[in-house]
Amino acid sequence: MSATLIPISGLQVASRKDMGEAMAKGGGCSSGSCGSSQGPADMDPETWAKVKDHPCYSEEAHHYFARMHVAVAPACNIQCNYCNRKYDCANESRPGVVSERLTPEQAARKVLAVAASVPQLSVLGIAGPGDAAYDWRRTKATFDLVSKDLPDIKLCLSSNGLALPDHIDEIVAMNIDHVTITINAIDPEIGQHIYPWIFYDGKRRTGIEAATILRDRQLLSLEMLKARGVLVKVNSVLIPGINDDHLIEVNKAVKARGAFLHNIMPLISDPAHGTHFGLTGQRGPTGAELKKVQDACAGGANLMRHCRQCRADAVGLLGEDRGQDFTLDKLPEVIADATEARTAYRDWVADERRDRAAAAAQAEATVAETGKSTLFAVCTRGSGRINMHFGKVTEFQIYEADAEGIRFVGHRRADNYCLGGHGDKARMDEILRVLEDVPYVLCSKIGAGPKKRLAEAGIEAIDGLAQDYIETAIAAVLHSKTAHPGRTAESA
Amino acid sequence: MALKIVKSQCTVCGACEFECPNAAIKFKGDAYIIDAEKCTECEGQFDAPQCAAVCPVPNTCVPA
Ligand code: SF4
Ligand code: SF4
Ligand code: SF4
Repeated sequence: MSATLIPISGLQVASRKDMGEAMAKGGGCSSGSCGSSQGPADMDPETWAKVKDHPCYSEEAHHYFARMHVAVAPACNIQCNYCNRKYDCANESRPGVVSERLTPEQAARKVLAVAASVPQLSVLGIAGPGDAAYDWRRTKATFDLVSKDLPDIKLCLSSNGLALPDHIDEIVAMNIDHVTITINAIDPEIGQHIYPWIFYDGKRRTGIEAATILRDRQLLSLEMLKARGVLVKVNSVLIPGINDDHLIEVNKAVKARGAFLHNIMPLISDPAHGTHFGLTGQRGPTGAELKKVQDACAGGANLMRHCRQCRADAVGLLGEDRGQDFTLDKLPEVIADATEARTAYRDWVADERRDRAAAAAQAEATVAETGKSTLFAVCTRGSGRINMHFGKVTEFQIYEADAEGIRFVGHRRADNYCLGGHGDKARMDEILRVLEDVPYVLCSKIGAGPKKRLAEAGIEAIDGLAQDYIETAIAAVLHSKTAHPGRTAESA
Repeated sequence: MALKIVKSQCTVCGACEFECPNAAIKFKGDAYIIDAEKCTECEGQFDAPQCAAVCPVPNTCVPA
């Protein structure tokens, strides 16, 4: 390894190390450095204070903090072609899995139980199935109960925007400082192919009329929230052949109105989900198509690339779902809160973040010298380190290194090919398919068989940099390639 | 004259309860039901029955 790079062992302090290890055992966040690549240096202090502990808004926070969603608001006022509410809202949550439907009282109990055992918890969100702003009575009742017991947990909600303008005052009064609006089109000609109908002002409306009203209400919500100092993230679902070329217009429009982040997510479509798009055979985008649109929008509203489209009742760090551990029947009778644990955890994170930022800055300086763009597939369970076994990975964090530095550019799912303890050819094929344009895999360990198969496909798997910060490891690989062409980072 | 909810199709989302101008829809046991005494089919209040207009599942809020 090059002398200019800081090995991770030199960065660790004993007590933090213990904490880090404890976290790794617990599963931790399985995601890489991602999304809006902004840190404290390029954000105004007020905004940074709002997003720094929010895993959905800050690429940084995403490594350290957990959010949970509760499904308390099942009613919706529009129909999206990618959603079948017999199952779940396909937009905010992964389709096909029915969420546990909770009353506000049950939801509050669940949040309390999670907060008591997951110190990483920093955010409670209400998203689909249904619309949190339309089904406002339930949303508000839940937030009221939770903020009474857990004032340090941030609240956020997701909405299609149609009913949002009616609740702006209450949103501000309840201290909800993040709202997500899903906007898939600003041109009604395109919108009408995504939304078959909306229910507005006592009437079901269709076609251009529906798409126009929805668009106007969405943009109005964005403007009103922005004016009141609420951070707004815009979600867009990329639907190939329908809005792929149009999303750049959406990006400009939402940026002009002050959206803080724009998150372009792939359509998830399968006939088995029973959605309109699923049944008509509308396909979702490939990883490369998604990246292309995201790249075209870079420079507009800050793009978020780390969204995992977690289920509406997800619990845990991004990319991890502990929801099943906290179903109603598993909640303890008496729930004691653990505020101290959350405070201690937040202190630890503050230190850890400082070190990671320093290591990343150093690594970027090294990379800047090498020039050409290279993609890396990283196996991580969080904390910004290479700390996951190749066989355990269900999604790769894709990083791009070029003259401008090292950035997270997206994640690609591949099912765990190691289920049952032995390699399954179909899953390995899937991994090779999603990593088609990626020359390097960085992981904490990899078996000889999979390593060989990757090598045959022209992908080099490197496990000699385990526990390093991601940026540091990438810089080491690039450095070894330029310094000793033909040699791997392991042998360098 | 009243509407009813086809229970096997209902997603139990509650949107109809929320929109009914006559509080004719209630959650009873495990399903939403329409009280035929209270339901006016929205006559004189709206152009179309509100429950049927907001319901996400076709043919679920239908004439009784
Ligand atoms: S759905 Fe996306 S925005 Fe919401 S919690 Fe999951 S990752 Fe964050
Ligand atoms: S038709 Fe009108 S009055 Fe009757 S249940 Fe539906 S919404 Fe209520
Ligand atoms: S709106 Fe339709 S699906 Fe929802 S509860 Fe009423 S009848 Fe059931």
